[in-house]
Amino acid sequence: MHKGRLKKLRVFLSLFFFAVVGILFFELFGKVFNIAPLYILRLQFVPSLVQFISTFSLVSLGFVFIILLTLLFGRIYCSTLCPLGTLQDLFAFLSRKLSPRKKVFRFQRPVIWIQYGPFALVILSLLTGSILIVNLLDPYSAFGKIVTNFFRPLTVVANNLLSVALSKADIYWLPRIKWIAVNKAALAFALGWIILLVSLVVKRGRLYCNTLCPVGTLLGFFARYSLFRIRLDKTKCNYCGKCSAVCKAECISPFDQSVDFSRCVGCMNCLSPCPDNGVKFQPFWKKDEVEIAAYDPGKRKFLIETGVLLAASLDTTGFVFSNGEKKKEVIKATVPIVRKHPVTPPGAKSQARFNSLCTACHLCVSACPTQVLQPTYFIYGLTGFLQPRMDYITNFCNFECTLCSEVCPTGAILPVSKDEKKLLQLGKSYFVKENCVVYTKETVCGACSEHCPTKAVKMVPYKEKLTIPEVNNNICVGCGACEYACPTDPKSIYVEGNQLHLVAEKPKELKIEEKIDYKEEFPF
Amino acid sequence: MKRREFIRKGIGAAAFAGASLSVPFSKRLWGTPLPPLTYDLIAIKGGEAELMFDQAIEAMGGMKAFVQKGQKVVVKPNIGWDVAPERAGNTNPRLVKRVIQHCLEAGAKEVYVFDNTCDKWDRCYATSGIQQAAKDAGGKIAPGNTENYYQTVEIPGGKNLKTAKVHELILDSDVFINMPVLKSHSSTKLTIAMKNLMGVVWDRGYWHRNDLNQCIADYATYVKKPTLNIVDAYRVMMKNGPRGVSEADVSLLKSLIISADMVAADAAATKLFGIEPDDVPYIGIADSMGIGTMSLDKLNVHRIIL
Repeated sequence: MHKGRLKKLRVFLSLFFFAVVGILFFELFGKVFNIAPLYILRLQFVPSLVQFISTFSLVSLGFVFIILLTLLFGRIYCSTLCPLGTLQDLFAFLSRKLSPRKKVFRFQRPVIWIQYGPFALVILSLLTGSILIVNLLDPYSAFGKIVTNFFRPLTVVANNLLSVALSKADIYWLPRIKWIAVNKAALAFALGWIILLVSLVVKRGRLYCNTLCPVGTLLGFFARYSLFRIRLDKTKCNYCGKCSAVCKAECISPFDQSVDFSRCVGCMNCLSPCPDNGVKFQPFWKKDEVEIAAYDPGKRKFLIETGVLLAASLDTTGFVFSNGEKKKEVIKATVPIVRKHPVTPPGAKSQARFNSLCTACHLCVSACPTQVLQPTYFIYGLTGFLQPRMDYITNFCNFECTLCSEVCPTGAILPVSKDEKKLLQLGKSYFVKENCVVYTKETVCGACSEHCPTKAVKMVPYKEKLTIPEVNNNICVGCGACEYACPTDPKSIYVEGNQLHLVAEKPKELKIEEKIDYKEEFPF
Repeated sequence: MKRREFIRKGIGAAAFAGASLSVPFSKRLWGTPLPPLTYDLIAIKGGEAELMFDQAIEAMGGMKAFVQKGQKVVVKPNIGWDVAPERAGNTNPRLVKRVIQHCLEAGAKEVYVFDNTCDKWDRCYATSGIQQAAKDAGGKIAPGNTENYYQTVEIPGGKNLKTAKVHELILDSDVFINMPVLKSHSSTKLTIAMKNLMGVVWDRGYWHRNDLNQCIADYATYVKKPTLNIVDAYRVMMKNGPRGVSEADVSLLKSLIISADMVAADAAATKLFGIEPDDVPYIGIADSMGIGTMSLDKLNVHRIIL
């Protein structure tokens, strides 16, 4: 294949995968999610690996495929399948368009502890049973968080502006999307990522992929031994450095005519610029020796700065979010509601299981039609940072819906059938009489019971003609409809999460006695 | 709040830009006064939904008695829940379809259908069968899922409810057809015509906090009243309302009530359900506030048994 075509193929594939993965996060109207495009997520390394660990199913062997691919051609995953890689390329493309000066890359020697330090942290985190560092660094999950919490709200605003304009012209076919306050921690996290990536991309190309990214680092191990590799043909190379100048991984050293293929992201940009046709993508037996690079203090300084930036962005998210979160959960009142356990989505099975498998990619947050799934801050503890929960202040879980369980790529939320889900008890409802309108004002209410899909919340006789809620937790599924519908502040009824999901009893069905005589006179 | 305000202002600006391109939306066709109706209330039973409506509306003088040529009509069924028609949680889609057809035959320029639902709105519209029914009949489905579809209005006759945010389609339409389904209800015993109007306003929580029965009657005093109330009592949820738990809650009453008087329609439907209007507090309150008449013997009632 002509070497220019190799790059074109890479660009085409990267845009294709980027578009398909990206679209998954834009299920704006909660229409029935088409499952087909979800299969593409089997080719995302971390979700596929986590799903394999959680389900041991053969369909989740995508990560093995990616490793094999790397053993054949190097880290082409990083330049085709990885949506965050393509996002970085798009940032680079934009910055090239905006900046008059052409970016020239320079070879950088690898620094072992910087290259492998974050990866070691990931391993350490996994050994201690926490998925936190993976959540923070996994490229797919980071991409998901960026799209869900930054780009998606932008499209919601655009959609609603257009819809309002249209409805003034009596056109109602474009529905508005209910604006639910963007989760500040998640937004700050997404913005932090964007700033980090843009600054890295502009200054140092794909440095993220060779330092912070656990997938890039892991695939780098395999790329060292891959069948096909990029190499400089010493018989043709004249040290001009044009290949090195376009290498966003900064891994081509024209001085000693070597390529550090463990850091190469497989973009194929270096093939064409060589005037002497000296950059080759060939099987390894044609390769020259690769020297191991030495320590570079400049890189260390830069990475420390990057680390400080990242830490600072995390710190701000903490500050912003903890305020909002407290306000939501503990409301100053007659009887404040303090939830002991958050509610996890249907299919999570248990909170511990969910916390250990969710990489917080927020695909379920995007897909959830009622937006009841919202990212958390530290409700699950430090290690559950940004993992979603059922937020019954925002909305409640639709009784007939199982979308989150269908879309989850890691198996943190396992698929549940509709019938299973209708009996799945995510939590139990608790009635707080002291806050209830019927008790405080002695007027009718019953919004909780109205919304209850199983009538676990029933209105029972109270004073005179009044009725007051009563909860039967045997048939409660913990969907949160009662809590959401409750008009008081603080709530008079709330759902306490089950740490282990249970199966509720089926509500008893007593058929109405039907002896209707359609010829009988009207009762008036 | 500041961000929200900013967004609202932005939306307002865009809306202004959009509105300036469109026909003036303040244009309202109130039409010429209609001739007096033949009956105050018509009750019919024993047939299919379409047939019962055909006969009832004919006895009332035809849809032409309510809809004039070129008018904009809004039909407000109960589409509150994400449940299938057999569960009787929403208005019968076959009836909705027939009503829209009658409106268009009478010369309506366009017929809109919407509700401020309880479950997720688009799922309710689809599962209830009403979206398809409206499309089949030539009506237009409109959403009511965000606050900026609703405009604040004064309710001078209200006791507890002095203002409400009302859907712009209700305010802008010439004809407002209220299409409740008769159902048991955990808060108010029954939901019928007046209670169905909770689906044209935004903040229902306020009603629940401030004596729900009084607020229901208060809103019924608002000037933009339904032109016609069509009470669907074909399938009736006898218990576990308003959402219902299963089809076991449903009884096939095969009945229909139409009236221009919401209070009369509610009183008749209550009796049909098997209880007395006095058992449903908001009916009595509305009667005493002069919104309508709950004493059916004072009215000119026409009864049809098929």
